[in-house]
Amino acid sequence: MDATVILRVSAPLLLWVPMALSLYLLLRGHNDPGGGFVGGLVGAAGLVFHAIARGHAAALRVMRLPPASWCGLGLLLAAASGLLAWLDPQAGYLTHRWWFADVGVTLPIGTALLFDIGVYLVVVGTITAMSFALVAED
Amino acid sequence: MEIALSAAIGVLVAAAAYLLLARDLPRGLIGFVLLGTAANLVIFAAGRIGTMTPPLVEPGATALAAGAANPLPQALVLTAIVIGFGLTAFALVLVMRAHAAFGSARSEDMDAAEPPACTEAAPAPPETGFVRQPARAPARPLREVV
Amino acid sequence: MRQVLLAAPILIPLAASAVTALLWRRPMAQRRIGLAAAVLLLAATLALLAEVVSGGMLVGRMGNWPPPFGIALVVDHLSAAMLVITGLMGLAVAVYAMGPGAQERDRAGFQPLFHALLMGVTGSFSTGDLFNLYVWFEVMLIASFGLLVLDRTKEQLDGGVRYVMLNLVGTTFFLIAVGLLYGLTGTLNLADLARVAPDVGNQGALAAAAALLLISFGAKAAVFPLFNWLPASYHTASMPVAAIFAALLTKVGVYAIIRVFTLVFAHDHALFGPIVGVIAMATMVVGVLGAAAHYDVRRILSFHIISQIGYMLVGVALMTPLAIAGSVLYVIHHIVVKANLFLVAGAMRQVGGSFALARLGGLWASRPLLGLMFLVPALSLAGIPPLSGFWGKLVVIRSGLEAEAYLLAFVALAVGLLTLYSMIKIWNEAFWKAAPEPAPQPAAWSRAQRIATFAPILLLCGVTLTIGLWTEPFAAFSIAAAESLLDRDGYITAVLGAPMPRFAEAVP
Repeated sequence: MDATVILRVSAPLLLWVPMALSLYLLLRGHNDPGGGFVGGLVGAAGLVFHAIARGHAAALRVMRLPPASWCGLGLLLAAASGLLAWLDPQAGYLTHRWWFADVGVTLPIGTALLFDIGVYLVVVGTITAMSFALVAED
Repeated sequence: MEIALSAAIGVLVAAAAYLLLARDLPRGLIGFVLLGTAANLVIFAAGRIGTMTPPLVEPGATALAAGAANPLPQALVLTAIVIGFGLTAFALVLVMRAHAAFGSARSEDMDAAEPPACTEAAPAPPETGFVRQPARAPARPLREVV
Repeated sequence: MRQVLLAAPILIPLAASAVTALLWRRPMAQRRIGLAAAVLLLAATLALLAEVVSGGMLVGRMGNWPPPFGIALVVDHLSAAMLVITGLMGLAVAVYAMGPGAQERDRAGFQPLFHALLMGVTGSFSTGDLFNLYVWFEVMLIASFGLLVLDRTKEQLDGGVRYVMLNLVGTTFFLIAVGLLYGLTGTLNLADLARVAPDVGNQGALAAAAALLLISFGAKAAVFPLFNWLPASYHTASMPVAAIFAALLTKVGVYAIIRVFTLVFAHDHALFGPIVGVIAMATMVVGVLGAAAHYDVRRILSFHIISQIGYMLVGVALMTPLAIAGSVLYVIHHIVVKANLFLVAGAMRQVGGSFALARLGGLWASRPLLGLMFLVPALSLAGIPPLSGFWGKLVVIRSGLEAEAYLLAFVALAVGLLTLYSMIKIWNEAFWKAAPEPAPQPAAWSRAQRIATFAPILLLCGVTLTIGLWTEPFAAFSIAAAESLLDRDGYITAVLGAPMPRFAEAVP
């Protein structure tokens, strides 16, 4: 990797920008309801950028867990969000449930949010795994 | 609009078929991407074109406003794009690894899995009954013979 | 409770895949979880089968959206049987995969991919929605890509490239067919499609979509002339992977053909019956001839997968209750036998040192028990009574004679003989002839590895013998499955409720 000094020094400082944007997208999406997929893409892009600047070993350190574990965690969350449907045993798997938390304003929290977080993690894990595999070829 | 879309689909499929026939694997991959795009356009056109109103339920309403676009093909196409993206990424990694292993990305240069038929050690016919003499020297590969 | 039962065969492998991926760096923990999940999956599918046999077809609504708007999970006799067989194969291969080579496999990510593959298969068998079927196909495909090139050898990369390219194109055809069907009917729920399809004005376009589906499923099932990816790739995979591929992947294609062509396009049988019949015959013949030309155990077995697919299509070709029952029985028998043959081949490699017939020999003298374990599935594959394959072939051929498809019946018989030839070839070369000089050194393996290798082989031999000697319940079940497959109105009513008025006119 022969990134310039400027890129190498600034990459860790700037990593939070795509990460914050990805979290915002995760919660708001293109059009208000969540956007796990776009959020995940932006987050993965941030990590891949970091890998370009500092090498993919550094990006893996930032991620803490291996990409496959991110996928696993995401899948688990998404699957678990569907299980809550069976609070009513007659309901089909993945039936939505909503709770309205009252913290000053009414904050609707649904199983869909859990599902979206799961999608976010899966996308980040998959994309980083794929791109690091490509980078490792060089 | 349908006519334009049909023409686009036709051109995409033709280009995809041409590229998929190439022996160069990256070209084949691009062919697959084009074919996938054509398939997505087929689904999109199948949902009927005609309105620019996005299929979003207005705040307070419980159903789509009349005249909104059909949301189902959009959902299907989105799913198909995501899946196609994953498949393409995987295939790309695979082609790159194959390129690294064989030093070539042309399919005719890859013959590890199916070596030319004669090199696959065929047993010689038994001489008497089922008991056979110890294995003889392997047959020469077809290439050398020819 | 029924909703839980319906989703369980998908959720258990999903959870197993997720947890094993989460524990990426701990192969031992992965293996234990994988095994537990396989046991759980078999138990869940057995419970589901019992529920279906006693209470009839189960219908579930994902997210409580009523069909045809939401995704419906529909499990009838055929689906339930396929799910149980998947559970059985999952368990057998999960145990077998703990044999030699387990550590390398687990470190390369075998467990998450294996369970993702099982999820794709169970999802395909449970879904009642065409687009959802496409999604499950892709889940299965991505997992199988990863499994196929697990060891990253040159051989595997070469086979993998061929497998990937052809399957990518095959599933894209599926997607185009989905688009055409949606445009013609406005629905993708299988029951709703079955309801609307006979009244579609443009039957020509519908037949085109059906042909595209036949091509796509046919490529998946490796029928003539779309089979080339299979013998180019299967023999390169590591043995547990090859076994689970041989057992399940092509059969998902067969299942999809049976499901869609008995349900949605049944009214078009006059057009597609003969086509499928010709494909079935060509597939049988080409597969068995390909096997005759090869001298590597894995490649012989790979070609036999293809030839056997032909038998399973006879039901769709003839569309009589007996023929479909024959197909169902044949699929069940074949999955068990074929997976077992691959497992035995792996054991032969372990004790004989090679897959090449020229370098094998003398195994009957040194390992008579292994010889018996080979003979049970091998003779069953060829259709020797009283093993399971005999009954499968008997029903298929008899249905051919009853439907006056004499050519089909004759080809099925002749191909059975040629299958016997291939099996005897393996027997003579690997087991009967003198051991080659110098004698191969059997690879060292621990007692635990031997148990992991032979326990699943014995289990599957037991299943083959059970089907062969106690055929009555299996035959009765197949006939019940065929009746429920041919009862299209029953399926439509079970999924959609009371016959609905046509709320949307099929668009011209």
